[in-house]
Amino acid sequence: MSKKRQNYKGIAICAPVTIPYSHYSLRSAQWFCGRSVAALIEAAQIKKKDLDGFCISSFTLAPDSAVGLMQHIGASPRWLDHIPMGGASGVVALRRAARAIQAGDAEIIACIGADTNHVDTFRNTIATFSQFANDAVYPYGSGGPNSSFAFLTDYYMREYGTTRKDFGKLCIAQRENALPVAHAMMKKPLTMEEYLNARPIAEPIRLFDCVMPCAGAEAYLVMSEEKAKFLKIPYVTLLSTIERHNAFPDDPIQFRGGWALDVDELYGQAGVDPTDIDFLQAYDDYPVICFMQIEDLGFCEKGGVSNFIKDKNLTAKGDFPINTSGGQLSGGQAGAGGGYLGVVETIRQLTGQTHGHRVENAQYGLVSCFGMINYDRGLCTSAAIMARG
Amino acid sequence: MTTILPTPKKKDPIQRTRKPSMPPGNRSREAQGLAAMATSGRFALQVCNHCTKVQYPPRQVCSECLSDQLAWQDVRTGGKLLAETTLQHSNDVYFRDRLPWRLGIVVADAGPSIVAHLAEDCIQGKRVRMSLAIDRAGNAVVIAKPEKLSPGEEDDMQLREMAFDPKNRRVLIVNGKTELGYRLAEAFLKAGARNIFVGHAEPWRTSTHLEAIKKLDKTTIYPLDVTDTESVKELAAMIGDKVEIMVNNSYHLRMGGVLDRFDINTAHDEMEIHYHGLMRLAGFFGPVMRSRGADGHHGAAAWVNILSAYALVNNSALGTYSASQAAALSLSQCLRDELKNGGVRVVNSFIGPIEDEWHQLAPPPKLVPATIAKRIVEALKRGLEDVPIGAVAEEIIQRLAENPKEIERTIKL
Repeated sequence: MSKKRQNYKGIAICAPVTIPYSHYSLRSAQWFCGRSVAALIEAAQIKKKDLDGFCISSFTLAPDSAVGLMQHIGASPRWLDHIPMGGASGVVALRRAARAIQAGDAEIIACIGADTNHVDTFRNTIATFSQFANDAVYPYGSGGPNSSFAFLTDYYMREYGTTRKDFGKLCIAQRENALPVAHAMMKKPLTMEEYLNARPIAEPIRLFDCVMPCAGAEAYLVMSEEKAKFLKIPYVTLLSTIERHNAFPDDPIQFRGGWALDVDELYGQAGVDPTDIDFLQAYDDYPVICFMQIEDLGFCEKGGVSNFIKDKNLTAKGDFPINTSGGQLSGGQAGAGGGYLGVVETIRQLTGQTHGHRVENAQYGLVSCFGMINYDRGLCTSAAIMARG
Repeated sequence: MTTILPTPKKKDPIQRTRKPSMPPGNRSREAQGLAAMATSGRFALQVCNHCTKVQYPPRQVCSECLSDQLAWQDVRTGGKLLAETTLQHSNDVYFRDRLPWRLGIVVADAGPSIVAHLAEDCIQGKRVRMSLAIDRAGNAVVIAKPEKLSPGEEDDMQLREMAFDPKNRRVLIVNGKTELGYRLAEAFLKAGARNIFVGHAEPWRTSTHLEAIKKLDKTTIYPLDVTDTESVKELAAMIGDKVEIMVNNSYHLRMGGVLDRFDINTAHDEMEIHYHGLMRLAGFFGPVMRSRGADGHHGAAAWVNILSAYALVNNSALGTYSASQAAALSLSQCLRDELKNGGVRVVNSFIGPIEDEWHQLAPPPKLVPATIAKRIVEALKRGLEDVPIGAVAEEIIQRLAENPKEIERTIKL
């Protein structure tokens, strides 16, 4: 084993910000980024010039990059990063920012996942997603991520005997979590019957297995604990993180993600184990990927999720709370904002700033991210364990 | 068993005709390599010359050893269908018009996992055989069929989008006064064509082949002279909206080059028939075929040109003939691009000398017309684009690929 990784001692994550979602918006990604910065400043009671680092993730910022955005919003940071890892960006941004703070390269870093959604944005994004997708997936029915996840779901269900009812249980719990959250796109409770009989999209995937693309943003600040204490803002600490790209390239189809490679490192660095985790924010563009995370992050053995959740309550009030703000399945997928959602909700849960139900006495939260279906599988995985500050 | 293809009904003039639309057409330069394989009916993927790893999707650098020496090589067609889906929703207009659409992910015996269009009878977990096809936008796609031939698989409505099966389609054969014309009519009938229209020029000249054609089932003859604009226009006005497969089999061959037989009149006739003739046919039949490219399961599909392989390299024994064939080939590429917007494919077949009265001095091997007809129907069923027929044509294409200067210097009849 190579050099031991440094811990994340002294890092504070705070100021959870959500720019309310809308199905479509005439505003640009620059607007959503700019308003996120304004909300972060407001939350931390600081000035714009106090932000000396930015980390930006957005699909719809083009032709601008994070650089152009800085001129747009009139910021002059000494540290700037642009992370194009889709759903995995939220935790990746966090670990980059944390190291920059530890090294003293920046003092306060704003991490922002923001996207707009015009009427044709989603179609344009998936029609030009990557070279492999353009060449070898999109011309096959043009289903976008629905068709790729349909393959994974089909394979997973046959391989492990998982039923749509099992997935439904998760989706219904997340809907319940979303109901008190004002900005969530889905406003009505979901019944098992509605879930099972929903409109087929790409069998076995039906309507409520899919997220609704929308416009919105999620953002947070990373700084030192001293700084957070000085600013008197509630914060959480960072115990460990992992990140992996293109794991298991020889698996003929995806049934596990990079988490499975790095899970020991994740808990080892944090000094906790799965039973210590009070809630899980799992990346949920489709329920099957949540199931993989539950396994790959060590909560149960491969293929054992159906059995594992059978007698569990998955809501924020339950004994295995998942996606406590409703996740993307009930909240909506604000582009790259979806990758930041889990981090933002974890901060809210551990600092008592929730919009919806709060998990009682939560000490440790695990947030896990997944992104970028480049060809036949999602390539990026990341995860972090955070603790109450 | 594949669902039986519905017999086309008489068209309801009130109903909206489905407009031609194209599946997504953006492909990288690397992926165009797949098109080169698909148009000639090969199942070839990039294989690393250095470490032999088979790559997919197409790329520039080997995912194993990072070598850039990736060559297109034929690979095993077998695989196992790992997972499948039936799309009930699509983000693209073309697929929306054709839902539900079935696709799957196949782990190929050659190595990679491949997203493919599925034939109706493919079953998850079972073996499949893959092939490359050309979709309506003219791009290469992978299709998977059950490993064992499935009864009636040519009826598969999804896969018919990627081939030009003559079944239930109406075919115009331009020249019915040659044996080739007769053999084509016969072969298309055998393949299940709905109607055959056959043209014939020079009514004063009798032909035993045309007499034989008249006796065929579902076949009608019409006056058609490709050197006469009015004649082409008239027939297009009469049956243009019914032609779903056009077969341009007109040819005019006389021996001779430039110095050995300086004859502007013959050269002019050759150009009139091969080049201007194609242009007239295209001008009057092309637009309506293009507009009917998506007209049901049996809409306009293909335009077949029967060209001489000497279109590819001039043979001085047939010097002016070769030149006029080259002109026709060039024009066919123009037509290919223009018909593409309607999803109608131009199929060029290249033939060597035929066993007929005009090729008396050409030494064997010579093609019998029945073989040409059979190979053309086969090519349409498989959705091919460039089809060499016979040993002479195949050799010419191989030699051209190997060393164009060598063949230019040594080609003989």
